[in-house]
Amino acid sequence: MPEITREEVAHLARLARLALDDLELDALAGQLDVILGAVAQISEVTDASDVPPTSHAVPLENVTRPDVVMPSLTLQQALSGAPATEGGRFRVPRILDDEA
Amino acid sequence: MTDLTRLSAVQTREAITSGSASAVEVTQAHLDRIAAVDGLVHAFLHVDAEGALAQAARVDAGELTGPLAGVPLALKDVICQEGIPTTVGSRILEGWRPPYDATVTARLKAAGIVILGKTNMDEFAMGSSTEHSAYGPTHNPWDLTRIPGGSGGGSSAAVASYQAPLAIGTDTGGSIRQPAGVTGTVGVKPTYGGVSRYGLVAFSSSLDQAGPCARTVLDAALLHEVIAGYDPRDSTSINAPVPPVVAAAREASVKGLRIGVVRELQGDGYEPGVTARFEEAVALLREAGAVVSEVSCPHFNYALPAYYLIAPAEASSNLARFDAVRYGLRVGDDGERSLEEVTALTRGQGFGAEVKRRIILGTYALSSGYYDAYYGQAQKVRTLISRDFAAAWSQVDVLVAPTCPTVAFPLGAKLEDPLAMYKQDICSIPANLYGGPAASFPVGLSEGLPVGLQVMAPTMREDLLYQVGGALEVALPPAAPSLDWESK
Repeated sequence: MPEITREEVAHLARLARLALDDLELDALAGQLDVILGAVAQISEVTDASDVPPTSHAVPLENVTRPDVVMPSLTLQQALSGAPATEGGRFRVPRILDDEA
Repeated sequence: MTDLTRLSAVQTREAITSGSASAVEVTQAHLDRIAAVDGLVHAFLHVDAEGALAQAARVDAGELTGPLAGVPLALKDVICQEGIPTTVGSRILEGWRPPYDATVTARLKAAGIVILGKTNMDEFAMGSSTEHSAYGPTHNPWDLTRIPGGSGGGSSAAVASYQAPLAIGTDTGGSIRQPAGVTGTVGVKPTYGGVSRYGLVAFSSSLDQAGPCARTVLDAALLHEVIAGYDPRDSTSINAPVPPVVAAAREASVKGLRIGVVRELQGDGYEPGVTARFEEAVALLREAGAVVSEVSCPHFNYALPAYYLIAPAEASSNLARFDAVRYGLRVGDDGERSLEEVTALTRGQGFGAEVKRRIILGTYALSSGYYDAYYGQAQKVRTLISRDFAAAWSQVDVLVAPTCPTVAFPLGAKLEDPLAMYKQDICSIPANLYGGPAASFPVGLSEGLPVGLQVMAPTMREDLLYQVGGALEVALPPAAPSLDWESK
């Protein structure tokens, strides 16, 4: 089926928040073409048209639990793995553009 | 004096209860063994000697009891252990110490099991060789130049090289069974929902399942019983009694059991030595009283493409959590760059090539215009594969196939060819898509390397796996690796 271009891989990488260099983009474009060519054979399965999709092996729905407070992480524990914290919160790089 | 590292888990517990060895002595023997051989095998990413000896001392003090109390175990690095580095084989989590225990970890500790350390794996469990670990590959104890399987190659190699009698693996497309197959050990993927996923770093949430690795069938069953069972913290956990796996392993009988050989999982692409050992093992099961027939599961031919759409799609979503905010690596935060730029730089540097490949593949499969043709179609094929299983259960009690089409291949042989690597999972993936339990048991050697036989059973019938595994172990005592590299 598809011929994946380098530009398409770059677009997918942007959607997935992956900074890839030129070498990686070139390599991935070639590999994705091969992989997608192989997985595209599922379109050969012609008896699937009226079949419901399976998203999950266990047919469970609406699993609830009693609304009871349970022990949970302390603030310190929750922040313990963060790359940067400030005032008991996760510190993040700026989110808005300068002019915003 | 007995070499404590050569004992099974059952024998280890007997040694402790009879007083012939303390749990601390057993643990120290394994720590010494790790120090002696793991420089060559590289099964462990982290060894927690202090924590292991402290847990062993609690067993010796009588604070913790049970059939596996004092028995050492190697824990795959995808499972959280409080305060112990958990990397999932990735740079993006280098140095991260989870602030809590996974349910599996908590149950191991409560059972008195001694966690020696965390084992190597393909990054985020994506791979079949451990070569995608950011920390270097693990080597197969049968031949150090070959792969130990993956993603759980650290766990299988630790067990096969007597660094631990027990290990925990996780299996999304075969990551317990294929490593067990190529290292001549026992590996069991429980029913999806049979073992809690709470605290298991997610790869593909509808497929991931933790399970036991061991050198004997009974050891695996005892470990299975410790970790299995309902957990309210995992909403997909099955609220039903654990199947009688220990009794089944002890019974070890296939008398009257109907065994179906999967027609689609043999033939072209299967090494002659793998086929020969598989067929001999099936003949032994027939001699032991099983009724063997051939069963066709036509949609199994499409399991591999369905899996390589579903699993990457789920991974691309799951791995969005690695956003350089809550844990792990952060790259390029210079006060100028935006969150989006920092996130992209961090993920670009923190993830390895295979993880990036699967995120891109999954993003593609889920993107508008392609969703129905790829992801949607794959989910329908998943339904058809489950129906193949259901149809099989009207004819037979279990299905069997080789665990993997090949013996362990040389390190590096498939690294540049992702599709060839993916084909390692061709026999193991159907059970993940269906959700039922499956296991690999050793059935001899081909060219000096182990071959595994896979057994698949209906949902929540893991007892049938252990019956077959036990019978095979009696009929065909497993071979042990020469470990001749130790003396070199």
